[in-house]
Amino acid sequence: MRKLIDLRMGLFLAALFLVTVLAPVASTLQAGSTFAMPSYLIPLLGKYLCYALLAVALDLCWGYAGILSLGHGAFFALGGYAMGMHLMREIGARGVYANPELPDFMVFLGWDELPWFWYGFSSFPFAAVMALLVPGLLAFVFGWFAFRSRVSGVYLSIITQALTFALLLAFFRNEMGFGGNNGLTDFRDVLGFSLSAPSTRIALFVLTAISLAACLLIAKAITVSKAGKVLVAVRDAESRTRFMGYRVESYSVFVFTVSAMMAGLAGALYVPQVGIINPGEFAPANSIEIVVWVALGGRGTLVGAAIGALVVVALKSWLTATFPDLWLFALGGLFILVTLALPNGLLGLLDRFKPRRAKPAQEATA
Amino acid sequence: MLLRLLTLCLALMLPSLAHAQTLEELVARLPDGNFNDRAEVVNQIAATGDPRALAVLEALLEGDLEERNADGRIVIVTGSRSNQVATDVLTGEDLGAVARRSTTSIRVNNGLRRSIRSAMGVMTLRDPDPARRLAAAEAALRAPDAEQVEALAAAMAAEQVASIRQAQALAHAAAVLASDAETEAKLAAVAVVGEAPALVVQATLNAYRNVEDPALAEAVADTIADAERRQAMWGQAQNLWFGLSLGSVLLLAAIGLAITFGVMGVINLAHGELVMLGAYTTYVVQQWLRTNAPEYFGWSLAIAVPLAFLFVGAVGVAIERGIVRHLYGRPLETLLATWGVSLILQQAVRTAFGPTNREVGTPDWMSGAFQLGEMTVTWPRVAIVIFSLTVFFGLLLAMRYSAFGLQMRAVTQNRPMAANLGIRTGRVDALTFGLGAGIAGLAGVALSQIDNVSPNLGQGYIIDSFLVVVFGGVGNLWGTLAAAMGLGIANKFLEPWAGAVLGKILILIFIILFIQKRPRGLFPQRGRAAEG
Repeated sequence: MRKLIDLRMGLFLAALFLVTVLAPVASTLQAGSTFAMPSYLIPLLGKYLCYALLAVALDLCWGYAGILSLGHGAFFALGGYAMGMHLMREIGARGVYANPELPDFMVFLGWDELPWFWYGFSSFPFAAVMALLVPGLLAFVFGWFAFRSRVSGVYLSIITQALTFALLLAFFRNEMGFGGNNGLTDFRDVLGFSLSAPSTRIALFVLTAISLAACLLIAKAITVSKAGKVLVAVRDAESRTRFMGYRVESYSVFVFTVSAMMAGLAGALYVPQVGIINPGEFAPANSIEIVVWVALGGRGTLVGAAIGALVVVALKSWLTATFPDLWLFALGGLFILVTLALPNGLLGLLDRFKPRRAKPAQEATA
Repeated sequence: MLLRLLTLCLALMLPSLAHAQTLEELVARLPDGNFNDRAEVVNQIAATGDPRALAVLEALLEGDLEERNADGRIVIVTGSRSNQVATDVLTGEDLGAVARRSTTSIRVNNGLRRSIRSAMGVMTLRDPDPARRLAAAEAALRAPDAEQVEALAAAMAAEQVASIRQAQALAHAAAVLASDAETEAKLAAVAVVGEAPALVVQATLNAYRNVEDPALAEAVADTIADAERRQAMWGQAQNLWFGLSLGSVLLLAAIGLAITFGVMGVINLAHGELVMLGAYTTYVVQQWLRTNAPEYFGWSLAIAVPLAFLFVGAVGVAIERGIVRHLYGRPLETLLATWGVSLILQQAVRTAFGPTNREVGTPDWMSGAFQLGEMTVTWPRVAIVIFSLTVFFGLLLAMRYSAFGLQMRAVTQNRPMAANLGIRTGRVDALTFGLGAGIAGLAGVALSQIDNVSPNLGQGYIIDSFLVVVFGGVGNLWGTLAAAMGLGIANKFLEPWAGAVLGKILILIFIILFIQKRPRGLFPQRGRAAEG
């Protein structure tokens, strides 16, 4: 247990718990009260937590196994699309064209029946399973091919980027049956609860917080297990680990798949709170931005990744609203700053102030 | 009685006299009579073959031809209502300003206009200017007119220039097909048309597919099928050419990366933005020339090439010294830092030049196209293919034969040894990175001619160029060439049946699978250096 919840993890989970309890309470208070919080902040916070979850997913495979995926945005978006498809089906006959069978965009395109891959998505459990399974399966197949042929390091990064780029182009096509460049939107409700009702929003927010905590613990459990040690060994000396008799590719495929499923979960939680999913989520730039969250927070720390995501996303929200021109300068500067000055991220900075706990600086041999 | 007879004789002689009339006399008769009489005179004017006749008919068609009330002289009146100027239609003599009511215009109606155009068409077929003769023949081909058969035949007989005679023969054949000539004549005409480019064959013969005459219908169908086969063959050639041209664009974009990534092992995600800076350098050069020395605009690209190389190269050296230098041996960190640089460069350009597309002009000598067999080849594409191959082979030679190239290879192969031999490795690193960046700048100059110059220009190329380098095999310039051309051609051959987007997706999937199979690319480096 001490291994699973160390000081940082404990502090973070406690803070997360406090926010999860206090924010919904504050949002239901009467306006004008000292602690009242505008209700629009709830889905915003929920969105941030989804990003934090996504960052944890990436940190699991980059921080511990050295797999720098530049395609995690794709897994996130696939999870989002799975959930979006269910929400589309739940609109039913309330769409603009009032067609009980087909979503609006299909009517608009003149299709007369549902494509086969939309079957089953009217059921919530099916969609929820798909949100995990589709990214997981893609990651498994992709990872199995890649790791078996020992594609690693930069090459892997580039082909994951090519993967998300290919998916971006594919999802932009109307013929794919995912709404083309408009994506899926105009959702009404989930499991019968209206998405615009404050109570549904609070429920989704709490669910996201619980998922984040659970994924943090799962990721931590993986990294402190024996398999986790092997993963770190793969990261630091892949050939040596292989020569010692470990099947490097099995460990890598495993962690890559788990990570992709977490990303899919984040996407599935993201869509009902944001209300839209479109191919823009597949943009390679989005995937690279995830990397900077992890790098800023501290690679290989899990909690740090979540904190990094929250910090950067909050900064983005503030800058794009107040100084829109400055945002890309800030983000670009952040990339450079983190790589040059903060190789171990914000949490690494904390370590530096605590000399008695300082470990020898971790060589980042990616 | 005698007088009457005399008058009758004169009247009978008049038509024959009319044929012998000079242009001067005919023009003087233009104002007389009704529109039908005027049409008759127009045809006679055209028949004189006088070189001045065309100007008369043109002026008549425009409604500029007027008769001066004072002496009946026929003049061309131009200028605004308050300031009219007259010139003699035949001598071209300037008659100065004329009052508005001192001349009477010679009116034309639509029927007359048709007659004038037809007469002009016949006339221009024999115009002294070859370009106008050619244009007339092509116009006659586009709108075949059975009545022009004789005129075209006569023009062909008189024509000296072979290419124009060919065009006239084609127009003649089309006119024969439109007439009610004998089947043999029409079959011969079909054979003549069959020699023309496939598009012309289709446009000309399609109307006769269903003629009643079975022999003719068969000949037409055969000729069209033949033309379509030819067109399909040339279509492949066109695909090949488009592929080569796309391949050279990819090569240009990837070649700088082949230096920084392939030779130095630095992942430079800002490469696309360096290309974009090169394009903006071209834009700035052109803006400066437009305001300061518009007469040298044709030289803008020649000026932009060295400037872009130096400027973007300098930016590259700054990036290497400022950032990349600290990250050697940490490729993933380099990737992130250079991505940061790319965001900053993008936003900097957006702030300086605005987010919209900037217009970069093409010098006159580079615009236009020429016809090769059945395909149209545009000059900018030709220029880019030549330019990218020049850059490629120039780089290859520089790497192999220059002192700097030697030092560069030494540092890549064995850094400590190179340092021991007195090579300043830091300087070589900076210059190598600068070289790669400079070539990206050159790519930007070329891409400004075929792509939108906007802050997002680079993003469209970065993934493609990385894939080209990885596909070809890192550290191998020939591999980059083969990969760029191969991918370009494959893309263009996929496009017709898969569509542009799906074709691109298929290529991406192919490369992903290929790298799984051969992680080191088409032409992998062998030996110890390959174990990165």
